[in-house]
Amino acid sequence: MLSLNINKKTYKVDADPDTPLLWVLRDHVGLVGTKFGCGVAQCGACVVHLNGEAVRSCVTKASRAEGKQVVTIEGLAENDDHPLQKAWLELDVSQCGYCQAGQIMSAAVLLKENKKPTDEDINDAMAGNICRCGTYLRIRDAIHLAADIQAKEGAGK
Amino acid sequence: MRNTWFVMIVGVVVAFAIMAFSLNNSKTAEPPVALKKDSVASVAAFKKVYTVLMSARCMNCHPSGDVPLQGDDNHLHTMLPKRGTDGKGLYAMKCANCHQPTNTAGLHAPPGNPNWHLPPADMKMVFQGKTPRQLAQQLIDPKQNGHKDLKALIAHADDGLVKGGWNPGDGRTLPPMSYVAFKKAWLTWLNTGAYAPAK
Repeated sequence: MLSLNINKKTYKVDADPDTPLLWVLRDHVGLVGTKFGCGVAQCGACVVHLNGEAVRSCVTKASRAEGKQVVTIEGLAENDDHPLQKAWLELDVSQCGYCQAGQIMSAAVLLKENKKPTDEDINDAMAGNICRCGTYLRIRDAIHLAADIQAKEGAGK
Repeated sequence: MRNTWFVMIVGVVVAFAIMAFSLNNSKTAEPPVALKKDSVASVAAFKKVYTVLMSARCMNCHPSGDVPLQGDDNHLHTMLPKRGTDGKGLYAMKCANCHQPTNTAGLHAPPGNPNWHLPPADMKMVFQGKTPRQLAQQLIDPKQNGHKDLKALIAHADDGLVKGGWNPGDGRTLPPMSYVAFKKAWLTWLNTGAYAPAK
């Protein structure tokens, strides 16, 4: 039995320790916002945060998450109002939307570590997240907008 | 008289204690580095070492640029992850985000190691493009080798990430000789004077 902290809740999961974290999230816990894309860490659709890092849950064994904090797209912000989520809606970033949870989770790590990223910083952070609809330009704009929102919200506190 | 016996007994006890300590110490202390300079044997050994260090399993994480390499053809790593200051990647593109503590099963799945990283930005330890002479000189220069002295270089043969080259995961070629043969050549090169080849 695995004990996992996901989005600040503790779950007891009856799964083999080698089960990919993505399977546990989707099939055992029912958090289906995180998507399966390639299964070999090549596309970024399955990115979640593990102790604040943007890991690819399709190749991360569930046992690696024991004793750590897992955050999925459902837990990124209490009211789905993370600056990135606001910016994504504002700029209508998504087309089919399948990759967007992974895109936002990767971008969230970028904005946590770099409050005012340049285009090059965005390239460095996001090059591992593939979007088959080709929404890359809107993703870039939305990350810049989210940085501005984050700065304003931070200044208001 | 009583005092004399007391001093003798204490002396014997102290002597045994010192002997025991030194015997114990000799068991745990590192063996001294046996240097017997032999430039011919040293260069010959390094030429073997060089073939391993320039193989994909070693060189792919010692690139000339800031992007690691992949495959037996040493192409740039897909997704273009960058070194970062500590060698462990940047932002959402850190090595350990995909590279797990162990190999992920399957072709083209990420190989794993608990300590997966490139050399850091201030000590890049580039292998790619180096001649045997250049690489040998770099390896023994503490200013270019991660501040390793001879003892640390010898110990480096047993580093987990170095050994990981011989456990590369599904579908990847091994270095051109066994780990045992590599370690023997590495130690021979160092213990015979760490001479650099002429070219």
